[in-house]
Amino acid sequence: MAEVLAARSAAPSDEVGADVGPVFETMDTVCSAPAEAVVRLIELKRKFGTTAALDGVSLTVRKGEILGIIGRSGAGKSTLIRCLNGLERPDSGQVLVEGRDLARLSERELQPLRRRIGMIFQHFNLLSAKTVEDNVALPLKIEGRAKPERRQRAAELLDLVGLAEKAKAYPASLSGGQKQRVGIARALAARPALLLSDEATSALDPETTASILALLKDINRRLGLTIVLITHEMEVVRTIADRIAVIDAGRIVEEGPVWKVFAEPRSEVTRSLLGTIRPRLPSEIAARLSQQPGGEAILRVEAAGEGARQPFLAELATAAGLPFRLIHGGMDHIQGQPVASLFLAVPARDAGAAGQFLDAHGIKTEVLGYVAGDA
Amino acid sequence: MSPVMLDLFLRSIWETLLMTGASGIISLVAGLPLGLALVATGRGGIAENVWVNRVLGAIINGFRSVPFIILLVALIPVTRLIVGTSLGTWAAVVPLSIAATPYYARIAEVSLREVDRGLIEAARAMGGNRWTIIREVLVPEALPGLVAGFTVTLVTLVGASAMAGAIGAGGLGDLAIRYGYQRFETTVMIAVVAVLIVLVCGIQWIGDRIVATLDHRKA
Repeated sequence: MAEVLAARSAAPSDEVGADVGPVFETMDTVCSAPAEAVVRLIELKRKFGTTAALDGVSLTVRKGEILGIIGRSGAGKSTLIRCLNGLERPDSGQVLVEGRDLARLSERELQPLRRRIGMIFQHFNLLSAKTVEDNVALPLKIEGRAKPERRQRAAELLDLVGLAEKAKAYPASLSGGQKQRVGIARALAARPALLLSDEATSALDPETTASILALLKDINRRLGLTIVLITHEMEVVRTIADRIAVIDAGRIVEEGPVWKVFAEPRSEVTRSLLGTIRPRLPSEIAARLSQQPGGEAILRVEAAGEGARQPFLAELATAAGLPFRLIHGGMDHIQGQPVASLFLAVPARDAGAAGQFLDAHGIKTEVLGYVAGDA
Repeated sequence: MSPVMLDLFLRSIWETLLMTGASGIISLVAGLPLGLALVATGRGGIAENVWVNRVLGAIINGFRSVPFIILLVALIPVTRLIVGTSLGTWAAVVPLSIAATPYYARIAEVSLREVDRGLIEAARAMGGNRWTIIREVLVPEALPGLVAGFTVTLVTLVGASAMAGAIGAGGLGDLAIRYGYQRFETTVMIAVVAVLIVLVCGIQWIGDRIVATLDHRKA
């Protein structure tokens, strides 16, 4: 697909992003960003009635990355992603795409810019009256391309998403996963510089979700396409995102590389969103937990990156001579980085020593409480 | 049936077809844009404009609330202006069209309004303008409903054309009233009703066929 990229740079409005206006001092993420920005959001605010959907959001999307924006429903993520292609207008703030402020463009000026931004949707939004092929070719028709070119490009893209044999079928005859593949092909038709994914897998079963995410990752790698996805599922972010931004009540509460945020969530929202996919203390033990020292102490042990690569459990037992029992947890690998999340039980009197030993190795521990007798 | 009667009969069928067909086409050509305008200017539409929407709605309601027989007479000056005469089959096409246009506009509005907003959003996200949205999304997606609605309009026109006899337009309805009802010729009455039943069933059948081939919403 090298020609896809080559042709992209031939598109007219490609004087991209390196010089996208002033760098704001308040935004350390912007200042320290090594890669060039595709989109930069500055202090976006949007109110619906009295509720603020966006309450001062600043965020940078870097070229070639997959940025996962996660939040609970009603956190403002839909409004946020719609600001990225001007479907929604902020009350104040800037949306800098390829150096231009979308928030200030007229609908007519937005139209050519939107052609450079693909979008996929939770409910696919395929046109039922058009064949798969015509759905995929629609962005090109809007661009005013000739029919032979549209056909060829649609065939190319259907091939890319593995649906070449469905070109003449109507969307109603496709499964959910196939529909989303068509949606992806359509979003790529006009060779966009950015792909927006609005809960694209939320209506799909887990297996189909995995295949769609694999496809998106593959497209990201092969075409170097920047992807912004919003979701309420941590699993989606875990699987494909490079960076994560957590949004809550219209504000970005946490942002960073996925593995880092997973290993050390700072905000309560992140922790709770992570709750479903991170190991949790078994409920029967949690129920018996008391703050009164005695019996066995229950430790939460968290490590990521370098810390998690060391044989710290073996050293805890041999070098420090502290006996422990593994209660629950394990290792995960996110973006190639090991992330450990474990629950250990140690005799109450050894809890302090175990904590000190692990802290010295750069591993975070926390005494959750004590359990009398066998935990 | 006498040869004279048969001739009258055939002529009446032709007149009914002419009135229904001509005013049907006019109401389609004028009603569809009106329906589009109603949806586009309506709340959350692609060219939202509350005032235009209200005025348009009021005018349409106004025409729709006038009984057809009154409209037929009230429009005589307009008819004379357009057709040159206020009598005859072509003269009836004017009031029939003017009555059917707002009727079809409302029917079209309902179908167009049912198009999933997500599809409009998708077209906007692709960089489509209003015209693109109308041409590629609204009309094609609503087409089965638009055709079904047009079928209903045609059937209604068959009925309304009976009243057009009042201005000498002829047609099957007129035949039934003058010969069947006023002269107590039961045979004519039954024959007319039979032909009307066949006509209406035919229109409905053809409409349903077209809708079936156009509708791809279900697998």
